[in-house]
Amino acid sequence: MSKPAIVVENMSMMFNLNKEKVDNLKEYFIKLVTRKLHFTEFWALKDISFTVEKGERVGVLGFNGAGKSTLLKVIAGVLKPTEGSVKVNGVIAPMLELGAGFDLNYSGRENIFLYGATMGYSRKFIEEKYDEIVEFSELGDFIEVPVKNYSSGMRARLGFAIATAVEPEILILDEVLSVGDAKFRQKSEAKVRSMFGKGTTVLFVSHSTQQVLNICNKAIILDHGKLIAQGDAKEICAKYNEMVKGK
Amino acid sequence: MKYLKNFYKYRFLLYEIVRKNIKLQYRNSVLGVFWTFLQPLLTTLVLVVVFGGVFGADRSYTVNYPIYLLCGRLIYEFFSQSTKRAMRSINNSASVIKKVYVPKYIYPLSNVLANFVTFLISLLVLVCFIVFYYFFTDKQPVINAHVLLAFVPIVILLILCVGVGLILSTLAVFFKDIEYLYEVFCMLLFYLTPIFYHVDQLNLPSKIFRYALMGNPLYSITEMFRSCVLYGEMFNMNHLLYSLGFSLATVLIGLYVFYKKQDKFILHI
Repeated sequence: MSKPAIVVENMSMMFNLNKEKVDNLKEYFIKLVTRKLHFTEFWALKDISFTVEKGERVGVLGFNGAGKSTLLKVIAGVLKPTEGSVKVNGVIAPMLELGAGFDLNYSGRENIFLYGATMGYSRKFIEEKYDEIVEFSELGDFIEVPVKNYSSGMRARLGFAIATAVEPEILILDEVLSVGDAKFRQKSEAKVRSMFGKGTTVLFVSHSTQQVLNICNKAIILDHGKLIAQGDAKEICAKYNEMVKGK
Repeated sequence: MKYLKNFYKYRFLLYEIVRKNIKLQYRNSVLGVFWTFLQPLLTTLVLVVVFGGVFGADRSYTVNYPIYLLCGRLIYEFFSQSTKRAMRSINNSASVIKKVYVPKYIYPLSNVLANFVTFLISLLVLVCFIVFYYFFTDKQPVINAHVLLAFVPIVILLILCVGVGLILSTLAVFFKDIEYLYEVFCMLLFYLTPIFYHVDQLNLPSKIFRYALMGNPLYSITEMFRSCVLYGEMFNMNHLLYSLGFSLATVLIGLYVFYKKQDKFILHI
């Protein structure tokens, strides 16, 4: 039995919600001296434990503010958990928000290299994949145009093309299968599916149980930062649908 | 070891961001990279015109006033520009840091390095000055084998900038005010560093002021640099030890503060 892809153990994530943002020295000192520096603790995630085996495709369901995106950020290494631990075995391709690493003044071509570098790939690797990326993004001649002149659909397509050019061991999808027009959506779903065949582990966030059923074989439900159910995708989706009705 | 491995993995990102910063700095300007030469050239001309009569008249202090001034200005300019940009780097890259895992020190480091490249290019102006005064005037700078040692103060300066950049970028995440405060500080620094004057030319009321001026690591670095390219002599070993010690200490403090606080960045940007 190989090692599981993701192990989350008793993980909690706390944020300080300060009512007014203190971001200058004067205010900070005044509040420190007068002891008005109150923070309200907010636990975005509380005591989460689960394991994802290699090759499993897990859907993450939950209402707005349930902590889905926070969970993905912790797993991607962007946030460090306040308590507990997260162990990840394998290369992660985070697709939290497509095109987050773009520089607007840079052309599409330059951004491919910059974005690739941001995800930790080598220049040689990106050069090898370059043609494939351009072709998949369907940008054609626009690749030499600064990204600030792109439409949001073009931007998302380029981001998706770069992020999926690699064959990651773990793929994190945060509602990204809804970019571009219907044609591109089909194409991107097909691309993600082709990765499943290669044993890629997937974490997929969506509000649509239909999409989760299509893609995932397991699912978890988050509610107010707590993991309230995990198991087979069908069961969990049925349960989630009941929750939606009951609300 | 773990850090080194991670750095190795992301070395290409460092390279890309350095390249980006240099490329975008002059993009869409007509003269492009020529500004790297023009800017120090023009400002030095103005300063020579304004202060030349007062501080440049006595050559026993400054040997050759335009070169003396240019040395100080180039060093000061690199220090202030690179640290200012490093300071803003974390806040400016918020969109990336929030979405993807990247080693965050890459941002201040790459900003300093990008400025270092433009600094090296702008040194060509200094070369032109030296060649001009050496061959066409009687106010000759003393050029000999010591010029080869000019890389020593430059390397120390780079270390200092990285250290200060790390500290400032950490502070700027938590306190926006630092950005304005540092602007003022840099302006003071311009006058407090012997850039357009020589310390001995000042009529200081007490020795304490003199030591305070000399405690500025930019002073030691500038003087070392001038020893190499202007006075043609070996630099003062005390300057070397002091500035090197100061710079290394700054980097250590910078790394410590940065690593201690970097996981909290995301909550504040």
